[in-house]
Amino acid sequence: MAKVVYTVGDDVSTDVIYPGRYMATVLATETPQYAFVDDVEFSARLNGGKVPKGSVLVAGKNFGCGSSREQAVSCLKGWEFTIVAASFARIFLQNAINLGLHVVSAPDIEASEGDDLEIAKQEVVNKTTGKSFTVQPLPRSFQAIIDAGGLIPYTRKRVLEAAGKA
Amino acid sequence: MGMTVVEKILAHASGREEVSAGEVLEPAVDLAMSHENAALVINRFLAVFEGTGLEPKVWDPAKIAIIFDHRVPAESPKTAGNQKKVREFVAQHGITRFHDIRGDEGGICHQILPENGYVRPGAVVVGTDSHTTSHGALNSFSFGIGATEMASVWSLGVALNVEVPGTIRVNVNGRFLEGVGPKDLILHLIGKLTAKGANFRVIEFHGETIRSMPTSGRLTVCNMTVEAGATSGVIPGDEETIRYLREVAGVKDDIELVHPDSDAPYEQRIDIDVSTLVPQIACPHTVDNVKPVDAVLGTKIHQVVIGSCTNGRLDDIAAAAQILKGKKVARGTRMLVFPASGRIFQEALDKGYVADLMKAGAVVMNSGCGPCLGVHEGALGDGEVALSTTNRNFKGRMGNPRGEVYLCSPEVAAASALTGEITDPRKGA
Ligand code: SF4
Repeated sequence: MAKVVYTVGDDVSTDVIYPGRYMATVLATETPQYAFVDDVEFSARLNGGKVPKGSVLVAGKNFGCGSSREQAVSCLKGWEFTIVAASFARIFLQNAINLGLHVVSAPDIEASEGDDLEIAKQEVVNKTTGKSFTVQPLPRSFQAIIDAGGLIPYTRKRVLEAAGKA
Repeated sequence: MGMTVVEKILAHASGREEVSAGEVLEPAVDLAMSHENAALVINRFLAVFEGTGLEPKVWDPAKIAIIFDHRVPAESPKTAGNQKKVREFVAQHGITRFHDIRGDEGGICHQILPENGYVRPGAVVVGTDSHTTSHGALNSFSFGIGATEMASVWSLGVALNVEVPGTIRVNVNGRFLEGVGPKDLILHLIGKLTAKGANFRVIEFHGETIRSMPTSGRLTVCNMTVEAGATSGVIPGDEETIRYLREVAGVKDDIELVHPDSDAPYEQRIDIDVSTLVPQIACPHTVDNVKPVDAVLGTKIHQVVIGSCTNGRLDDIAAAAQILKGKKVARGTRMLVFPASGRIFQEALDKGYVADLMKAGAVVMNSGCGPCLGVHEGALGDGEVALSTTNRNFKGRMGNPRGEVYLCSPEVAAASALTGEITDPRKGA
């Protein structure tokens, strides 16, 4: 069970998740401080240590639209968020899988800040409201990468195979 | 069953006779493009080789393109440090398609690729930039990827686990009214489809309006397909594709165009008649919040921006110069123009457009992304409003979440610069 700490609407872009002015910051250890940095209140909670790791962020449709910047994923991954969204934009979703950010697509999701969610493979149950929501499976093209634990280990395996070392 | 343009390109790149939407493939990559974020790609690339005992080596240095454009010249020691690191990597790995910060061969990646003939019909192009969709204008399958995925391409030369996207066919017919053009068409389409209407799909463009559109306009149209969520836009190759590649890009070798089969499967068909289309404006803070110019006439603007990978080409600058020549930008409004490449900048100088614009009061800036993302220059003050020919108006896009950005064509931008408020170019200033 995990708590919803932040909710956002439809079409939240990567400019909102991780503003362009921090794009010169590339290290995954440094990006988390800028997650949703323009939301002064949430950013203060986050950086003030008030948001426990493993919390849930709930979004509407098309979460992560816009730029391909990977920092928009690494900054969320750094706080170990689970993102439950009605749907995701393509590049963001691919980046999330590649970096191992926990993303769940639940088209009808309804939750408010403070609600407790139980997230399973096939459904998300909002324990606070008692409602449950079907989870839409991820595109099957992602499975090999998920199984390998992310795109870096998956590519490493392939590089070794190609070099005749695996 | 026939195939769409992208299905044909993917079949060829995967060594297959036939493919269809939903299949998962590993197409060979013909061109892998990055900009400053190559610094991040390098980190991820080196991570792939960690602990393997293998020397990190890119699969083919001739197929990698790196163009500095997002923050040029560097605005901070951090950016300068990233650029330095990329230069060293480029030298070490023998990457030849490298465009540093230069007035002769530098510029925005989505202009540098086409004007140098790096993109060919039938090619699979990936870029660590979402507007890589642009290059479908040259009959290629081009899409944006993240930095880690690019590290994987640099290592293996293939794009891993690509699901063949379904295709939306858009037929565009009719002749544009005076003062209306490709930007209005794509804004109108995004408004119709919404920001997610084409997610995970490709938009294939057809019709007489597209046939008679120069490559510059086709690049504008394909550039913004990602704003409807599309994986890419694509235009079937034709005489104009060949003309551009031969005359502008200087391509000498064989060109093989890709066309869809007559029985290609489309998930959706959309017909657009542009003969009644009026200038379109995308209002804050989403690109699909599109209205006819009439709905926002008179909105006061503080900054007008003409440029970017969407509308920083010679035709765009010519259109603006024509409107501004001999006139003055309104007091209280600043106008920034940034040509998409050094080459375009020089052409604009030669034709006198730069002088026309500067005499009218515009600031002509170096080629690069500049105000488009507002990191480097051209940021908005709190409560200020920008009217821009760029492609995104998300909150914070022009450097300030308390600013507002409206998107439009170069004609609307130029006409509005003269009045200081959103103006219909057809009614003049
Ligand atoms: S001009 Fe703007 S949209 Fe185009 S590549 Fe640069 S930042 Fe991206």
